[in-house]
Amino acid sequence: MEWANAIVQGIVTGGFYALFACGLSLMFGVMGIINLAHGDLAIIAAYVAIALIPSTHLPMVWAFVVVVPIFAVGGYVVQRTLLQASLDRSPFTTLLVAFGMSVIIENVLLEVFSANGQSITIGTLITKSFSLNSTITISYFSVIVLAVAIMVLGGIQLFLSRTATGRLVRAVADDREAAQLVGANYRHVFGIAAAIAFATVALAGLSYGMLTEFVPTSGVTTLLFAFESVVIGGIGNVWGTLVGGVVLGVAQQIGAQINPAYQILAGNLVFLAVLAVRPRGLFGMRTA
Amino acid sequence: MVLLELEEVTKRYGQLVVIDRVSLRVDEGELVGMVGPNGAGKTTLFGVISGDVRPEEGRVLLDGATLNRLGPAARCRMGIGRTYQVPRPFGGMTVFENVLMASQQGARLRGWESRHAAAIVLGRTGLQSLANRPAETLGLLGRKRLEVARALATRPRLLLLDEVAGGLTDLEVAELMGVVRSIRSEGVAIVWIEHVVRALIDTVDRLVCLASGRLVADGAPVAVLSDPAVREVYLGTDVAEDAVVHR
Repeated sequence: MEWANAIVQGIVTGGFYALFACGLSLMFGVMGIINLAHGDLAIIAAYVAIALIPSTHLPMVWAFVVVVPIFAVGGYVVQRTLLQASLDRSPFTTLLVAFGMSVIIENVLLEVFSANGQSITIGTLITKSFSLNSTITISYFSVIVLAVAIMVLGGIQLFLSRTATGRLVRAVADDREAAQLVGANYRHVFGIAAAIAFATVALAGLSYGMLTEFVPTSGVTTLLFAFESVVIGGIGNVWGTLVGGVVLGVAQQIGAQINPAYQILAGNLVFLAVLAVRPRGLFGMRTA
Repeated sequence: MVLLELEEVTKRYGQLVVIDRVSLRVDEGELVGMVGPNGAGKTTLFGVISGDVRPEEGRVLLDGATLNRLGPAARCRMGIGRTYQVPRPFGGMTVFENVLMASQQGARLRGWESRHAAAIVLGRTGLQSLANRPAETLGLLGRKRLEVARALATRPRLLLLDEVAGGLTDLEVAELMGVVRSIRSEGVAIVWIEHVVRALIDTVDRLVCLASGRLVADGAPVAVLSDPAVREVYLGTDVAEDAVVHR
């Protein structure tokens, strides 16, 4: 039964990884941006929450209502200015700029918030759990995060397939030149995609900050898991990202079950195995 | 009324001059054919007009206003539609969605209006029965039609057709000609690049010939094809003579 527990815990963790990864996947799929600052953006969201919310005397869950829209607007602005200017030069420039953003964010956060671990306290919800049987106990909060991840991914999927703006995003991702030729302003479309990516990374970062303690450099490890989820699932496939996150989460929990030191290693091994056998990921159908 | 005007346009790639001081006028509602050997710069010239290619010198004017600083999306919204020689439908989308995209983005239509306009365009280009097919499953004729449909859905005043008849059978060419004629009958000006000179000669008002980036002839179709400069360009290929003889 301990193995069953590992799998169940892996699945709920996987939901969190997927929430983290979907913005990364979207930015790569639409703009071709490998956002090395993705993890750090999540950590900013957590810090913004602890900096803003206490002064408002609102419950901490209000962080979602406040921080996510700020990030969506911020995503649009950063894309239309800094990232677009980088893209206009070269993909390599963009990679370097993202890396630079990551370094700057970490150092500014260190300067402002120090290297002490912090967390977003949301009261008793975080400790509440329910038991399926004697060995399997699941925390309510991680189930909520999984549910949010599924809703977010489903929402992105519906947005892309059913709405006029979603179709526009797909068209620009598919052939930017042809999209411009039919009158599409691709820079605006890039801004929309970045807004969605930033909003989802804020969601992920806030959840992360509520689940665990974080420091200014926490973004780096979380970025690794996000990358692994995206690559395992296959780039450009929304549900693939969820499966990728779950596969990674389950692999890590099973690894930890064998030996607690093997948690990260097991995830990395599964990631390498997928890369070796299916370089485009489990559900990757086309190159982005 | 002059719709499009090119003034001494020059495009270079490094040392290579691809477009060499080309000047050209297209009147409203006019159908201009453009011929020339491979590598003459025809498609590049389309790029200069549609905004994909930035010329080093010269001006591109629509209704007397210079377009040089505008990108392809802005030019599309001003009324310049273009097809690609090798069709580039949006993958993962149906034929209808492809055309709808053009109708919403290019013609700035919304909601029901955009759907209605897209449906009309599909009807005119003979694609209505394929409306719900994924665009990538279309054959060559279907893809060529879709290129025209997508350009048409942006409601252009000037339509740039890049070898829409290339690779098609005579029967298919004849069908596409019918579509082009109907577009033209609505007052849309068309510039049409075609290797199949015979397809052009009976339809166009004017023929221009581009060779090595220069405009070597501009005038009535028969006159252009019997022009010594044009004959020299086509020397050894017999394309021009062939076309004249077949009349």
